[in-house]
Amino acid sequence: MQNGPTNGAQSSNGHRVVITGMGWVTPLGTQIDQTWDRLLNADSAIGQVSRFDADTCSTNFAAEVKGFDLKNHIGDRADAHADAGISTQFALAATQDAWTMAGMDQTPPDLMRTGIYLGAGEGVLDYDPFMAANIAGYNAESRSLDNETWARVAYDGLSPTMEVEQEPQLTSTHIAYEFGTMGPTLNCMTACAASTQAIGEAFEIIRRGDADAMIAGGCHSMIHPLGMTGFMRLTAMSTRRDDPSHASRPFDKTRDGFVMGEGAGILILESLESAKRRGANILCEVVGFGSTADAYRITDIHPDGKGGAGAMAAALEQAGIDPHATDENGRPLVHYISAHGTGTQENDKTESAGVRSVFGDLATEVPFSSIKSMMGHLIQAAGAVELMTCIQAVRTGIIPPTGNLNEVDPVCGLDHVPLEPRDENHRGGVDVCLSNSFGFGGQNDTICVRRFRD
Amino acid sequence: MRSHSVITGIGPISSLGVGPDAFWESLQSGSHAISPIESFDARGFRVRAAGEVRDIKIRDFVPKSYRKATKVMARDTELAVIAAKAAADDAGLKTRGSEDSDEGFEIQPARVGCQIGAGLIAAETEELARAVVTSQDDDGRFSMRKWGTENEGESGMNNLPPLWLLKYLPNMLACHVTIIHGLEGPSNTIMGAEASALLSIGESARVIERGSADMCFTGGAESRINPLGLIRWDYAGRLAPIDIDDNPADICKPYDSGSKGGLLGEAGGMLVIESESHAKNRGARAYARITGFGAAQTPRPYIPGSSALRTHDDIERGLSASMTLAMREANKRPEEIDAIFALGLGQPVLDGMELGAIREALGNPATIPPIVSLAHRTGNTMAAHAGLMTAAGALCLKNQSLPASSVVYGDPTPRNPLRTVMICSPSLGGQSGALVLESCN
Repeated sequence: MQNGPTNGAQSSNGHRVVITGMGWVTPLGTQIDQTWDRLLNADSAIGQVSRFDADTCSTNFAAEVKGFDLKNHIGDRADAHADAGISTQFALAATQDAWTMAGMDQTPPDLMRTGIYLGAGEGVLDYDPFMAANIAGYNAESRSLDNETWARVAYDGLSPTMEVEQEPQLTSTHIAYEFGTMGPTLNCMTACAASTQAIGEAFEIIRRGDADAMIAGGCHSMIHPLGMTGFMRLTAMSTRRDDPSHASRPFDKTRDGFVMGEGAGILILESLESAKRRGANILCEVVGFGSTADAYRITDIHPDGKGGAGAMAAALEQAGIDPHATDENGRPLVHYISAHGTGTQENDKTESAGVRSVFGDLATEVPFSSIKSMMGHLIQAAGAVELMTCIQAVRTGIIPPTGNLNEVDPVCGLDHVPLEPRDENHRGGVDVCLSNSFGFGGQNDTICVRRFRD
Repeated sequence: MRSHSVITGIGPISSLGVGPDAFWESLQSGSHAISPIESFDARGFRVRAAGEVRDIKIRDFVPKSYRKATKVMARDTELAVIAAKAAADDAGLKTRGSEDSDEGFEIQPARVGCQIGAGLIAAETEELARAVVTSQDDDGRFSMRKWGTENEGESGMNNLPPLWLLKYLPNMLACHVTIIHGLEGPSNTIMGAEASALLSIGESARVIERGSADMCFTGGAESRINPLGLIRWDYAGRLAPIDIDDNPADICKPYDSGSKGGLLGEAGGMLVIESESHAKNRGARAYARITGFGAAQTPRPYIPGSSALRTHDDIERGLSASMTLAMREANKRPEEIDAIFALGLGQPVLDGMELGAIREALGNPATIPPIVSLAHRTGNTMAAHAGLMTAAGALCLKNQSLPASSVVYGDPTPRNPLRTVMICSPSLGGQSGALVLESCN
């Protein structure tokens, strides 16, 4: 396991890492181009929850994936995964699409040196038998649970397969089973930062030579009773019940919380040598990854946004990009930041403060938008899907807007690309992007991607 | 040549005891620590005995100012926090969390990372049931309409504490540890069932190697000794039925085809590792050097009970590949491995797949080196497993002794000197890893 030649990647002594495939399952669609168009149109995927009866919930809306069928992505092979949970099925579909885009079927990689790093979330509880056990087991007189009754009803009703499939690492097991990969395989759960972290760690695994290629990204669905309950109790979600399609309002003065989404985003990362050997089409290069902990409070983000700033600074340092420098036309070297931008009061304020502290006077000149305004917050899948929008920005030269941003909150006050996409092709397109993801409890991750130049 | 990390602190917390001294004593005595479950009434469950960590109160292991926050800690988090404190103390560190001591090496927050292996944390059924029963329809079934906050009259969900969710996020293990000790470097929560701690330790070594931190808190913690967690693990086909008067040694026998299945445990297995130069500069005592790490996947693992993935490989292919990679990085031949610290759950099919992988990685020799396993004595400690085993390997190398009573398979003749050991773990989902540790003597 020797490190390879540097091939000119800046401030790194490992392999250059490129992205050659990507696939997503999102509330706005599963195809890359169509979903991208909907993002540029600032379409909203948010509506009434249909998965369960949420009418009496303070938040009764979400961004659901509709009309999904794994068979449309992997054909009859879907039968082998019929008992997998919904987020695992999202991930299998996204992996197949990424795998196909990367040309892995025609020119396969060395499967021994192809790994998986996901930020896959836990599966959905088997509600009916679980709730039945809780109700049957509760003794009203003693106001406590009679475990013997609980156990009888639970053993009787819970299905072994559905219980096992809730283990989050089993998503990567299904992918390995399907694609035959045998390289390093890990799953991380760093809340909303998970898939950004997974991609960053996968980048490091290839960079240091422990794998040639990695399937990386995340998947999650918390659109179920207790998933939504947890965030309602935290009062973290928007309660704009009368106008759900405008409920996700990152950076807006009237924002009142995030909107739950679901889905998967999977990317194929590989060493430049591997991509060239296979003759793959290179979408962009991964050049930096930063990971920090706030080490502040379980319930609050550090008010200066210093954890997020630390992650951005570390990613830029690894990429060899000076946030205070400009090109010959006075343009900052970072052309787009995909914000974590959840639409909670606290996140948007502290994240903006973090951007200001990293970019200083240039902060207001770096486009900084949040697609959560349109497709909600995909929780552990959010980072991967948002990194894919950065790659689309590099490919097309267009920056997606922040939807529903009618009046920028002065405490945010950056270049938030409100309502309309921005075409940057007149000044050379989009070369360098950052994608931010910050998790509950203070885990912060940033990835830096750059247009590929050999 | 890669720069190595050394292990400078260990914090093993299991039913065998709390802290390095108790752990080493139990390794030497060969004691078992499986007994009737006390933390909840386990009548009606197929598993009524387990390896519980007893006589610890989380309040005693956190700074006074942090006691309030222990209310939102699940048992898994408590075990991680206690194990992290034990490891930090053992490494002679002074952190924001060590209020009782003026001595020790003062860490630089931005240069210390934290990677903790964790499992899925099961909701506390007692707390949830008390809320759920307020929301029944006329037929006595759970009613979402009554659960909702806009429900006329009493809402069900408002019976849950506001911070309810934060108790159950797996990243809370690392979040509490980073907050208590002020660790601002790279942080991660890795979930790979029994391989979680191993993968975390390997990744921590890589974080240090790439220069992103000088030092990491690493390892894992998990407890499934609760109603829902226990049933999940039982349904994963990893547990034998056990009653309160059964003798655990008759039920769980590692690498024995007559074994009836695995046992349940809980533990925190945290370590402090740091770059060799950092340890040298601060004059730290090192237990062992981490010189090899490999990770790989068994494409078709054996998941009894589940209908989702029906066929399985004959051996743990990922484990075999991990061991080969770790030995290659450490530049060691199979015959140079003096002992192996493995999983040995006591489930015959899984043990057979594990042993097959170990044999294959060693080149199918006539005799294999001594194998140490603890799962029959502590129960399966899952995400903590490899944290405990790495601590065990580190202690054996430091003390130059492989306690005969802990060797469950392979050549029982102790090697002298003890130079190189391997820690390895397969897992429920096929994620596998191996570490090579070498003596610092």
